[in-house]
Order: sequence, then C-alpha cells, then structure tokens
Amino acid sequence: MSGTMIIDGRKVDYTNQKNILSVIRDSGIDLPTFCYHSELSIYGACRMCSVETSKGEIIASCSEKPRDGMEIFTNSPRIRKYRKMILELLLANHDKDCTSCDRTGRCQLQKLAKRYGLGKNRFPQINKDYEVDNSSPSIIRNPNKCIKCGDCVMVCEEIQGVGALGFVHRGSDVIIKPAFNKSLAESNCVNCGQCRIVCPTGAISIKNETQKVWDALYDKNIRVVAQIAPAVRVALGEEFGKNPGEITTGKIVAILKKLGVDHVFDTSLSADLTVMEESEEFINRLQRNENLPIFTSCCPAWVKYAEDKYPNLNKNISSCKSPQQMFGTVLREAYNQKDFEDGKDTFILSIMPCTAKKAEAARKEYIHDGIREVDVVLTTQELAIMIKELGIKFDEIEEEAMDMPFGIGSGAGIIFGTTGGVTEAVLRRVLKNKYGKDDFKIIFESVRGLESVKETSVNVDGREIRLAVVHGLKYADNLIKQIQRGEKQYDLIEVMACTGGCIAGGGQPVPKVITKETRMLRAGGLYKIDKSIQIKSSDDNYAVNNVYENILKNNRHKLHNHK
Amino acid sequence: MIAEFKEKVDEILRRHSCEKKELITIIQEIQKEYRYLPEDILIYVAEKMDISQSKIYGVATFYENFSLEAKGKNIIKVCDGTACHVRKSLPILNAMNKELGLSDKKKTTDDLLFTIETVSCLGACGLAPVITINDHVHPKMTPETAVDLIRTIKKEEAQC
Repeated sequence: MSGTMIIDGRKVDYTNQKNILSVIRDSGIDLPTFCYHSELSIYGACRMCSVETSKGEIIASCSEKPRDGMEIFTNSPRIRKYRKMILELLLANHDKDCTSCDRTGRCQLQKLAKRYGLGKNRFPQINKDYEVDNSSPSIIRNPNKCIKCGDCVMVCEEIQGVGALGFVHRGSDVIIKPAFNKSLAESNCVNCGQCRIVCPTGAISIKNETQKVWDALYDKNIRVVAQIAPAVRVALGEEFGKNPGEITTGKIVAILKKLGVDHVFDTSLSADLTVMEESEEFINRLQRNENLPIFTSCCPAWVKYAEDKYPNLNKNISSCKSPQQMFGTVLREAYNQKDFEDGKDTFILSIMPCTAKKAEAARKEYIHDGIREVDVVLTTQELAIMIKELGIKFDEIEEEAMDMPFGIGSGAGIIFGTTGGVTEAVLRRVLKNKYGKDDFKIIFESVRGLESVKETSVNVDGREIRLAVVHGLKYADNLIKQIQRGEKQYDLIEVMACTGGCIAGGGQPVPKVITKETRMLRAGGLYKIDKSIQIKSSDDNYAVNNVYENILKNNRHKLHNHK
Repeated sequence: MIAEFKEKVDEILRRHSCEKKELITIIQEIQKEYRYLPEDILIYVAEKMDISQSKIYGVATFYENFSLEAKGKNIIKVCDGTACHVRKSLPILNAMNKELGLSDKKKTTDDLLFTIETVSCLGACGLAPVITINDHVHPKMTPETAVDLIRTIKKEEAQC
C-alpha cells in the first residue's frame, strides 16, 4: 500500500511501511519510543510515539497503519504536553539512583528526560521497593527501574520461545517477573541476556564481575591469563564511538596487557579444537548412523534450553565442550606444572559476548576439586567498563599481537562468532579436498546470512548430508517440532540462541538501534578477519597440533562432556 | 500431581482441544473443580498447551476472580457495592472476620472451611446488605445474623 501523508505540514510518500511510526521515522523525525522494536510484535504500551491527527485525536503511531491523505502532527503543543506527562509519570515511580545504575548514559528514559527538558517532577516520588533478583549467575533484574514496556517479555517469548518473564498482576500492581514467584535462577531462563539488550532502562543488567578481575590483577601471587572470543573484537569499539564491525583485536590485547593480564590468547584456537572434535564425532555418528541429527553444543543458552524442554535430545547434542570450556581445560593442563614451580595460581579470565557463558562457567561439571575451568567470564560490556575505569584512551592505544602458543586461530575458528559459522567451519574440515573452490563458495553462501533457518546439503563419500543452521531459540523450537513430526530430516543442526549468533549476544554493547544492519556489520567484521587469515581450516592450524601433541597428549577426552 | 487430578485436567483440556484461545475457559473450569488454581496443575496445563508458564501465570494473576491460593469449603462473598455499603456492609464483614480470625490479608481459615471475600456488586441492591455463601444469597444481613450463619455452618461441619 502506498500513498501520501502530511506530517507536520510536509507531504511524505509512503510505500509499504507497516505503521505510521515507521513513516515518520523514515521521513527524518526521530519519534521517541520505549516499547517499540521493529522485530517484536507491536504492544503500544508506552504511548511515547503518540501523534495528533488533523481531527484532534491522539493516536499511538506504532499501532496505526498509514492512510492516504492523513494529516498528523508530531510536535503539536498537546503532544508535547502529553509526552512530557508520560515521562513525568514514568519517572515518578522509577528508582532514580542514576549514579549507581549500570545503564546510566545509555538509558533511554534518562535520554528522553533530558531531550524533553524535564525539570523537577511535579508528581510525588512513589517507590514500591521491590526486591532485586540477584539469583542468576548472568543477569540482575531490578523491578524498581522497570517501566513495564514489555520489551523483555516479548523478546523472551517471541524470539527466544523461552517465556521466562511475564506480566504478573495488573494495573498499578503490575510487575514483570518469572511465573509463580520464582527467581530467575529457578525459572527456565536460559541466561541469553537478550532481555537486557532490549531493556530501555537499567531494570535488567549484566551481573558485573569486574571487581573479581581487579582483585586477581592486583594479586602478585596470581597469574592472569585471558581468552578473547571472536565476537568481542567486532563490537567492543561501539562503546568507544566506532562503528559496529570495526575490528579491534590488537587494541583489546594491548588494553588487557595494560590492565595487567599476563597472557592474552584467542578463543578461536579452541573453536578450532571444537571443530576437530565435533567433526570427528559427527563422522563417527554418521558411520554408525546413530544419534543423528547431531546438535552443536557451543551455545550454553541453547544447551540449557534443550536440557529443560527436550531432555530426550540429550544424546543428540554433541558431547564437545564449548570453545570457552575447552580453552579453560587446555590452559589448566598447560599451567598446572608451571603453577607448581612458580608457586602461583593461574586465574583464567574469559572475555565473551555472552551472558550465558557466565552460567556455563559456573556449571558443576566444569568445576574439578573446587577449581573452575574458567574463573571469571567478563562480557564485552564489562570489559568496556574496566577500560573506562582505567581511563585508557581507546583511540590512542597501540595495537599488540596475541601471545603464543595459544594466540592463533584459523579463519574457521573466527567465524564461530556468527550464525552459520560453526557449520561452515566443520564443513571446511570435513569437505576438504572434496569440492572445488566455486562449489565451496556456493555451499558457504547458503549457511551465511541472517535468515532464521538456513538449510543446505553436501555430498560426503557418496552420502548426502543435510544441514540446518538456526538462530533464535523460537526457530530452533519450531525446527525440533518439525523433526519430531517427521516433516524434516537433518544430520547436523547448528543452534545459536541469539539472533545473528554470538555477535549479537546479550553481553555485547547495546546498539543504538537494534536492527539487522548492526548484526550484518558485526558479522561482516568476522568475515573480514577470516579473509585476512591464511589458515582457513582448523586442521591446518599448527597451534591446534601443538595443543594435541604437547599439552593434551592422552587427555583428549577432557575436551568432552561425559554424560 | 496425583493421578486423579491429572485425569480431570486432561478431560478439561480434551474438551477444549488444548486450544490457546480457550485458556481462560480452561482455567475457569479448573478453578471450579478445585476452588483455586494449584501451581502444579497450571504448570501441567502450560506444558500441555505449549504456552509458557509466565503466560498462564500472567492470565491467572490478571483476573481478580482467579485464585492461586487454596480457598475454603464455604466461600462467603460480602457485597460492598454502593447500596450495600451505605446500608452498612462493612460492619458485617468485620464481624465475620472477627468470628473466624480473618483479616484483609488472611482470607481463608487454616482449617480450609471458610474464605471471606468482598465483591463490588452482586446485583441484588434491593436486598442490601447482601452476602452469598457458596452462591446462595442471604439478604438484609446484620452483623449478628451473619455471625449466626457462620456458627450454624460450623455446627453442621462438626457433625459430618
């Protein structure tokens, strides 16, 4: 449907925009919203996008379709008054302790209050003093900062298919929390942190563990060793005015060194180990024709989702530990003897784009005799907090290279950070020397990109292998149901919980606008790094061979979960 | 959940073919059966209907009429609509609360015999002040007659 609207006295053509709000925004006016996300269903709760029609009606522009000849005003005196009033009311029961809030400076409520020049609130402050939910290892839920926009509820239900959060009670008593008064830790929350990405205020935030890292860094008897996940390097820059996808690997290494980290390594190396282990496991299962399809196990949010909802799929999920835990395992092996000789303890820090990695590192199977494989997981966001605390000028810092022997990953290991990456990495290994260059290009194109479900098939030694790549747990859920009904059949399924994969993880900086474009740019950054690396396939990475020959030796089984 | 419960719930779900749009009717029927909505039954229903626990909990807490706490065998509703209110419904409520040791916060007796609730209007203003006990209407109440009613029920309950 196309037509022409009159917005603030100016004629604006529209084509297929789904609501008036989009037409207004496309015409260059940044109409404010709290509850509107183009990828979620329209809720119409916050009323910030209200506009006045020529008939004097006030309508929520997110919930109305554009009509030909319609005239609206986005900044009439009534609308301005109305908008200010909404903000005043929201602020009247908002915990306004901004200086201690994690979200300060990036808070939509704070931003709009400033933008509309709110002075002293004429409404009295009413705080209900709800209990803060600290139970989850990954995220903190503070209902006192919640403005009930419902974004978290929608992303959890519609995109992740988890539904850990919901509206409870009604009217002024409404509160957003898990069902049956459970804490987040007791609920079916998978710790993906997507709620924290869409939350416009500090009501949902990352569990900040930077102090633990500072403590370790200042302790002379502790050796701090860090691993950096692929997706971190293409998003951290956003916290320092860079564009999404800008590659900041060298800067991160230099900064970590400056912070006092002794050795900095690359998680893409352990992604390579994952490829080696998972390819072998996959080929074994294919030969025996058992426990197919194999599901990838790199994403801890997906693993928890499957454990909670589909316990019967347990045997189908790859036994491989995730790259983070594999690295922890390898580093413990590597530093064991050295710790003994030096009389030091090694503290393994991992920098991840993901909140669920915090929960993963805390799982009991990854703690041996009281020692964790990974001591602390910091998200990209927390690293940015530490950098700012230290006062490092991001632009001026000279780049440095990762340390050896664990500082090099193949291109296959790098692309693990985006949807389709794990599948492509496994294919690079399994199909090596079996296809021509052009065929590869076609196969890889089919698993790249942001389509919710991507399918392809390849031929290995005369057998057709069917692969599926899915991101967003709701889509994974649909796919599993299709498989269970016998409508679909696959041999390998890659699942990443977050839309776009790790590059859009819950621990990444919150993008200015959450759109496909940010994800494309971040993924583009990873593919760019992949292009610049000579080693394309995991088995060609000599650092991988070093790990097998000199570190793990007969302990290869330690890279797996033994269920 | 005990098997007998499961059978009843399954029967309710079957009657509504697990249709998501029938959620409210399904919970209403469950409440009719058990006088409240037991947590394990709601969790079971959520699983069967393939909806999240949050969603079903959200619906159950949204409506005043749904109760997540066990209710007494005798549910007393005291009308506090305008007509009953001006004809002194509150003293009736207070007298009954006092008799049963209940309050605004504690609405059900520990022996699960009585629950006292207030409602906004029962639509019988001509009979004000009105109470209902298990949907049976008792018109033109006074604090004394209300307490007598409770005592009678208590006696009957003690006999059986």
